[in-house]
This record gives sequence, structure tokens and C-alpha cells, in this order.
Amino acid sequence: MNEILIAVIPVVIIGIICAAVLVVASKLMAVKEDERFPAVRDCLPGANCGACGYAGCDGYAKALCEDPNVPANLCIPGADSVAKQLSEVLGVEFEDVVEQVAVVHCSGDCAHTQDKVIYSGIESCKAAKLMYGGKGSCSYGCLGLGDCAKICPQNAIFIRDGVADIRACDCIGCGLCAKTCPNHLISLVPDTKKTVVACSNHDKGAVTRKVCTSGCIGCRKCEKTCPNGAIKVVNNAAVIDYEKCTDCGACAEACAVQCIKILDLSGCHSFGKEK
Amino acid sequence: MTKFIVILLSAVFVNNYVLSRFLGICPFLGVSKKLDSATGMSLAVIFVMMMATAATWPIQTFLLDPNGLGYLQTIVFILVIAALVQLVEIVLKRYIPALHQSLGVYLPLITTNCAVLGVTILNVTDYPDDFLSAMVNSFGSGLGFFLAMVMFSGVRSKIESADIPESFKGLPVTLIAASITSLSFLGFGGVVENMFPA
Repeated sequence: MNEILIAVIPVVIIGIICAAVLVVASKLMAVKEDERFPAVRDCLPGANCGACGYAGCDGYAKALCEDPNVPANLCIPGADSVAKQLSEVLGVEFEDVVEQVAVVHCSGDCAHTQDKVIYSGIESCKAAKLMYGGKGSCSYGCLGLGDCAKICPQNAIFIRDGVADIRACDCIGCGLCAKTCPNHLISLVPDTKKTVVACSNHDKGAVTRKVCTSGCIGCRKCEKTCPNGAIKVVNNAAVIDYEKCTDCGACAEACAVQCIKILDLSGCHSFGKEK
Repeated sequence: MTKFIVILLSAVFVNNYVLSRFLGICPFLGVSKKLDSATGMSLAVIFVMMMATAATWPIQTFLLDPNGLGYLQTIVFILVIAALVQLVEIVLKRYIPALHQSLGVYLPLITTNCAVLGVTILNVTDYPDDFLSAMVNSFGSGLGFFLAMVMFSGVRSKIESADIPESFKGLPVTLIAASITSLSFLGFGGVVENMFPA
């Protein structure tokens, strides 16, 4: 009997010590995990596109749980349905998401502009840009080698006639293309709008005219026509203020070079909408 | 210094825990499918082996042996290692979340890994009065585990693309590959002793 006790007691004591250490450690070093995190994370689409401004969906979900001031409508690909779910889970007021669509501010296709060199280097806009500003005669325009098409998670971008063409129906508004374009030709526009300036050339009118027949020459006709003061020529290229624009289309009619276009962006932003 | 190099090299190559002593076969076959999980598992094993030796060696030398309780070795070691791994997991989660995220899945797997228990028990029998040698040996053993895992994950990725007879597909061909790999480690026998003649 005594031998058994001699063997059992030390093991029991060591076991109790181990258990006590573990209990203390788990109490002292408990990591607070927000129980809402999995629910919040489930609401997000998981595209990890970064359009919300956080490092992926996990990052945004974490920020939402930790900071009540983080708005629940930052997920642009998820649009209204995700924002609605998020606001339900977090118990905050639902705010409408402004769905956005990427648009290309260049219309320099084969019919309007020419190549100045024959480029046979790496098939990448970034590389081509380093060679005298690209192959096209307009150094502001679309390089046409498809960096944006390669990065697009939805395969919504195609190069057509040397210019990137974004299918608004497939665009989720993540903005990856806008970040990757070396000429910064792509921007996100609210998908309720239709009027887009399809040129980003900042050269003086005469110079622009030589390199592209549809380039903005900065004539300010649109500025004078606009009833709301929504369009301004900044640095020799027209820019629309979408807060004021009412899509009346007057500027597009007035434009001397037809570089202001009426596109149909609305209604087709399908991703994340209620089915 | 030579002593430690001999211990390290023989632990990695000659007495490789997986391929020569056949300990820790379970994770060797289970986690070696992909290279990144194999490396993650092995790093966790190196870490736990050293921690376990650092904890169990003093227990054996200063607690069990002087009181004539050496026969309780196995059960006490299991207890201590399990508690230790849990403790490490809690600490990692609190202070190094990034490391916890990469090692976290594997830590509970190692809790009762026989390679870890084997290293600690062989350490107290092989190096009863040299703590430093025991630590070097446990590091070498972990390194040997790492080597075996990385090698075998390479072998397995080749097996994936090979044309295998229907009856050998899956575990059988993996076991055959493991036996050939361990056969190749037989060639290290005696190499280290001859490299550093005493």
C-alpha cells in the first residue's frame, strides 16, 4: 500500500501544479475574442480586394468589431446586401452603399490616335510606360497592354482597339485596376451616374489635337454649358464633380471632340445585390 | 565544441528520429503532404522538443532520481509535456499572435507526439549529467525531424504525379516510399564517428 502511495502522490502533486499553472496562465493571458467576429466575417464576400481600405475582409471585420466608429457600408463589392447584414449583426443603423464602377478616362482607340513606335517589349503597361511613356503618341493615354485586365478579379476588363474597356455589369468596384494603371486613367464613379470624361490628356489643346482626335483640348465649352457648374477644366482636361452632376448630358452634346461620353453604368452592378 | 557537433550531426543524420528510430511516424505520414504544413509542423516540433527537454531533464535529475522514483518517468513526462505545450500555446496566443497563427494548428498535435517523449526519455538516459548536451541533442533531433519531413514532402509530391498501380495507390505507396527513404538514411551509419575520431 505504501509503495502505491509513494508513486501516486508525486504524480498527483505534479498534475495539480501543472493544472494550477495552466488555469492561472489562461486567466492572466486570456485573449479577448469578440464573439461577433465570425458572424461579421461571414457577412463579407471574402474577395479580399481591399476596397474598404483595410487589409482584406478579415481586417475589415476586425476593425468593425473593435471600433464602433468604423462605418458598416465600406464594402463596395458587397453593396447594399452586405451592408444590411453587417448593420444587423453589429446593431447599427443601415447606411446605403454607394456602388461604384470603374471607368477608363481615355478614348484613344485605333480610330483616334496612332502609335509612335513599335513596341515589342514585355507585355506590361508598367514596362511600356518606362520606354518613352509608352508606344502611343499620347503619353497620357491607355497603354493598351492590359495590366488592369490582368489584375481584375472579375475578368471584367478587356483591351479593345488598344484601349481598356470595362464591362460595368461585371465590375464590383474594388478599384484594383485604378491602383495598378501607371497612367492613372481609371477611376471609380458612382454607378448611378452616366456622364464620363473619356480623356486625361493634360497637354495644351494644340498638342493634344495632334496626337489624338478625341482628346480633350480644354476648350471649356462643357464648363460653360453645364447648368450646375459640375464640370471644370483642370490642367487642360475636363473633370466632372459627381456631387453636382445631374446627368443632363448637355456637356456631351457641346463637346467639340466628343470626349465626354454618356455610358450606361447604372442598374447592372449585380454583385452582392439581392437576387 | 566537437562534442556538440558530433551530438548534433548524429541526431540529425545517424539517429534520425523518424527514419532510424521510427518515432513520430504519425505526423511524418500525416502532415507531409504539403511542404508548407510540413515545415510548420517541423518548426513546432523543434520548438517543443527543446522546451520539453528543458523542463523534463531537471525533473528527472533533481526530483525523480534522488527520490528513487525513476520508474515514474514516462507518466510524469507525458503530464509535464502536455501541460507545457498548452502553456506555450496560451503564451503564444497572447504575445506572438502571428507565430500562433502559423504554428497553432500543429501545437496540440505535438502534445502527445511519441518523438517528443522519445527525445526527452533518451536524453535523460544518454546524458544524465550533461544538460547542455541534452539540449543540443533535442535541437538536433528536431532538426532531423525537419529534414525528414521536408524531404518526404518532396518525395510525396513526386508520388502524386506518378503513375501508380491501382492496388498501391494512397497509403501503400507512401509507406513504401517512406521505407526506401529510411533505407537511404542507413548509409549515414558510422559516418559521423569516423569524421571526428575521438
